[in-house]
Order: sequence, then C-alpha cells, then structure tokens
Amino acid sequence: MISWVANDNLQTPHGGELIKGESCAPSSSSFTSVDLIPVDSLSPLQRNFFSKMYPSVSSGSMDHSQLQTGLLCLEADSQRTQYPYVTGTSVIAITYKDGILMAADMGGSYGSTLRYKSVERMKAVGKHSILGGSGEISDFQEILRVLDELILYDNMWDDGNTLGPKEVHNYLTRLMYNRRNKFNPLWNSVVLGGVKNGQKYLGMVNMIGVHYEDNHVATGFGNHLARPILRDEWHENLTFEEGVKLLEKCMRVLLYRDRSAVNKLQIAKITEEGVTISPPYSLKTYWEFSAFKNPTVGAEGSW
Amino acid sequence: MSKATFDVPPKGGFSFDLCKRNDMLIKKGVQPPSFRKTGTTIVGLVFQDGVILGADTRATEGPIVCDKNCEKIHYMAPNIYCCGAGTAADTESVTDMISSQLKLHRYHTGRESRVVTALTLLKSHLFSYQGYVQAALVLGGVDVTGPHLHTIYPHGSTDTLPFATMGSGSLAAMSVFESKYREGLTREEGIDMVSEAICSGIFNDLGSGSNVDICVITKGNVEYLRNHKLPNPRTYISAKGYSFPKPIEVLLTKVTPLREKVEIIEKGDAMEE
Repeated sequence: MISWVANDNLQTPHGGELIKGESCAPSSSSFTSVDLIPVDSLSPLQRNFFSKMYPSVSSGSMDHSQLQTGLLCLEADSQRTQYPYVTGTSVIAITYKDGILMAADMGGSYGSTLRYKSVERMKAVGKHSILGGSGEISDFQEILRVLDELILYDNMWDDGNTLGPKEVHNYLTRLMYNRRNKFNPLWNSVVLGGVKNGQKYLGMVNMIGVHYEDNHVATGFGNHLARPILRDEWHENLTFEEGVKLLEKCMRVLLYRDRSAVNKLQIAKITEEGVTISPPYSLKTYWEFSAFKNPTVGAEGSW
Repeated sequence: MSKATFDVPPKGGFSFDLCKRNDMLIKKGVQPPSFRKTGTTIVGLVFQDGVILGADTRATEGPIVCDKNCEKIHYMAPNIYCCGAGTAADTESVTDMISSQLKLHRYHTGRESRVVTALTLLKSHLFSYQGYVQAALVLGGVDVTGPHLHTIYPHGSTDTLPFATMGSGSLAAMSVFESKYREGLTREEGIDMVSEAICSGIFNDLGSGSNVDICVITKGNVEYLRNHKLPNPRTYISAKGYSFPKPIEVLLTKVTPLREKVEIIEKGDAMEE
C-alpha cells in the first residue's frame, strides 16, 4: 500500500483538517489523487528526508488507522506544466565512424523574443554520454540535475561499472513517461548519445515518452528540415570532417528557415576517449542571389 | 417587398452576411462539411533559361489517398503554368477561371500573356474571398520580360522568389533547395534538383507521394514531363496475369454509325452578320 501526503491544507468531509504535508491513507478519506501525492513520486533526496523525519512511514507498511500529524516542508508539486516559457530550438545528432556528433545552437527564446543567446543546450553525462535538449530550459536543467544524482549514486557504488548511454536513455524514457502520466510533463525533447566499449548509441526521448534509437536524430524543427537531408546524405563510416560538414549543412538550413534559431552554435563530439564540446562559433550565410537583390526585375510594382 | 428575400449578393468576393450564423452553429456543435485536400509538395525553380515547376501526384481525403496520380500542374497560358496545393476544388477552379480570363485578355490585346497579369488576377480573386478559397499556388512562366516565379498564399499575399516550395511537404523540399541552390543552373541540373526536392517531400511527408511531375518553361517552348519519375512502383505484381475460364468467341459483328458523316465544302458561303 502506498502512503499519501497531503498536497495542500485540506478540509476532510467529517469536519477534520489535514495540514499540508500530513500523511494519510486515501481510502480513509475522500480526497482525489490531485490533493494527495504518493510518496513514491518524491525524488530519492526528498524521500530520504521524509523517512528520516517520519521513520514509521514507508511505502508498503502503512496502516489504515495510523495517521501521522506534523508539518512537513516538502516541495510538493502544486502546479502542472501547461506551456513552456523559455525554450530552446532543435538539436541534431548523427553517428559517425568514431562515435557521435551532436549540434545545437545557443538560443533561449522567451516566446517570440530571443532572450538568451548563450545557453549551453548540450552537456556531458557521466563518462560515456552527452545529452542535448530542446524545449523548456528549466525542465532541461531539472533533467540534468536528476541525471547528475543518478550518476553520483552510481559512482558511490564504486563497483567498476559505469552507466552507459543505453542505460541513461532508458532511465530518461521512464522519467519522461511517468511525468507525462501524471499530467505534469518535462516539456523537452532530448537527444542522448554516447559510446561505451566501442558500441555507439544514439537515441531520442520526447516529452510524452516516445523514444527510439537511430543513426541520425533531430528534435523540433530539425525533424522537418534536417531529417530529409540526413536521410539522403548520411552513410556509415562518415569521417569527422564529413560529419561536421553534414551537421553544419543542416544547421544552416535551420538558421535560414527556423525563426527561433540563432547563428551561434556548438558541436559536440563523443568517442571512446571522451566528450568534447566545441567553443561557440557561427556559420557563414549567403544572401547574394541576384533574385534577392532585385526581385521585381521585369515586373516593376509587384512584390 | 421584404428586404431579406430580394437582397442581391455583392458582385464576387466573400460575403460576410452568414458569419454570425456560422459561428453560432459551430458553437452548437454542427460540423462544417469536409473537403478533399491535396496535401502536397509543389516547387518552382528559376534556372538560366527559364522556370522549372515540379509537383508530386498524391491527392488525400483526410487519411485516405483518393487519387494516386493526379495532375497538380495546371495550364494557365501557353507560356505560364501554375502548381496548386490546398483544397483540390479550389486550386482547379481558380486556375481554370484565371486561365479563361487570360485567354480573353490575349484576344483583346493580341499579345502573349505576362506572368504578372496572371499573378494580379489570382491574388485579387483570393484576397476578395478573405482566405476562404484555400488555394496555395506556385506560378511560373516566361514572357517578354523574362522568367518569373511567384508564390501565392490563400489570403492573397504573393512573393517573387528564385526558388519556392508550398504544401505540406514544403519544409522537406525547402531543405533540399536551401542547401543546394545556386544561380546559373543548367536545364539538367535544374530538373535533377527539382526531382530531388519533390522526392524529399514524397518520402519525408505523409501528405505527398507517388510520382514526380515536371514542367520546364523556356522562351517559346514548354515541356510537360508527366510522371518524369516513378519512385514508387508496384513491387509485387502477380506473374500469372488474368485467365478467363472459357475462351471468348466472337459470334456477330455489327457497326451502327451514330451520326451521318457530313461533307465539308471548301469555299462555302460566309457567315452572315
């Protein structure tokens, strides 16, 4: 049986009161699952704190008649994500001969304003993987924090085994899917790539939990603009230079045609040796077509 | 005389009279009738001698492909062709209508039609219907002033471009153009690039499919390459073919002409005024 914790100060139907943070059993009250959150949904850190304060309350051992009183100042999820605020645009990634190449620009848009122009949307995760995220930036930072904790706990086992990209991808999928089931998604599409023991891995998870693994992935607008190019021009055993050229080609098309793209991007490379994220640079664009300079030649007055 | 029954509708253009009533019906839950959309990839490209237009050949009715090999490149004038995306009825009638108007104009002026004429006729028609005529067009042609390529949006705005894509597959096709276009393309390079863009739409967009149609317009010459590429052939065709149980015998042959053949006399009387 799962223990439940009150989400807010509530009135019980028989005139009693439940203070926010108090635990109770759902069958003994008539609160909906909105008002009560299961202890299982708390992160490991929160659960540690909770079980230290109330050692007799733990999932699976709670009795109907036991009602713990006391205030608990937990961070309860009182609001669900309904729309993203500060968003990053697409991320694209391919596998090449030695590993994975990933590209993302450095823009964070606040609605239609290009508010932040130095957002690093790709980060290394552990020794073997790299995570690139598009969508809500704050949720991406939350994902990074959760993965950090995961890697930390894994290191503390100190058993000579490290979490590879496949494992991290699976963890991410479960994370995103479970959040979506609670109608409180992490509003992101993330790309996870890595190399472990010579095995290359590249996968994607989006905010509803759709996940797959492929040789070339893209999120957001990249699905429509970059994926056709990658499908045509990707092949096994691309060299590093060819891979970078291909990614730059796609990023240039995105720069021309995606309104939330900025001309400042980073390319990340991950091989057996480790992760390198390049410093930011910009792409050359071409605007010298004579038809752009003089569009109405021979048809003066039209546009 | 009651005003309601004898109201003459305004000449052409969208009438706003029923908007309130339509809004009320939608609020009550009445579904407006659905229509066949083309769900398309159409592209146009200016090369060194003229204009190349390209289109896929799939017509969709919601999730169903209702026509596997329809024609989306419409004739406007001997030197002007127009690709249409959006509602099939709208694109066909609009291009048909403007094509007739252009022909009358040609009789009136005695000159070859210009692309800007077709452009202005199309855009004023679409604007007067406030976007309800859902036709997104790529208009291209070569006239005395040179090669022209325009896009026309359902609300009536236009663009003049060296390369253009429209329809649901426009992003896939545009990614090909943006990465590969350069000026001074030859005819073969242009046709290859247009085919590549349409194939990109066909294989990466669900609303486009089947074959590639190409139309090459140059000064004084038009080549309509219907089904230039067939990248989706039927892969498994029964090798046995059809066999009828009984052989077919011809028992009787009788031919009845429906109309008597009329003899045409040269130098007959001229028609009276």
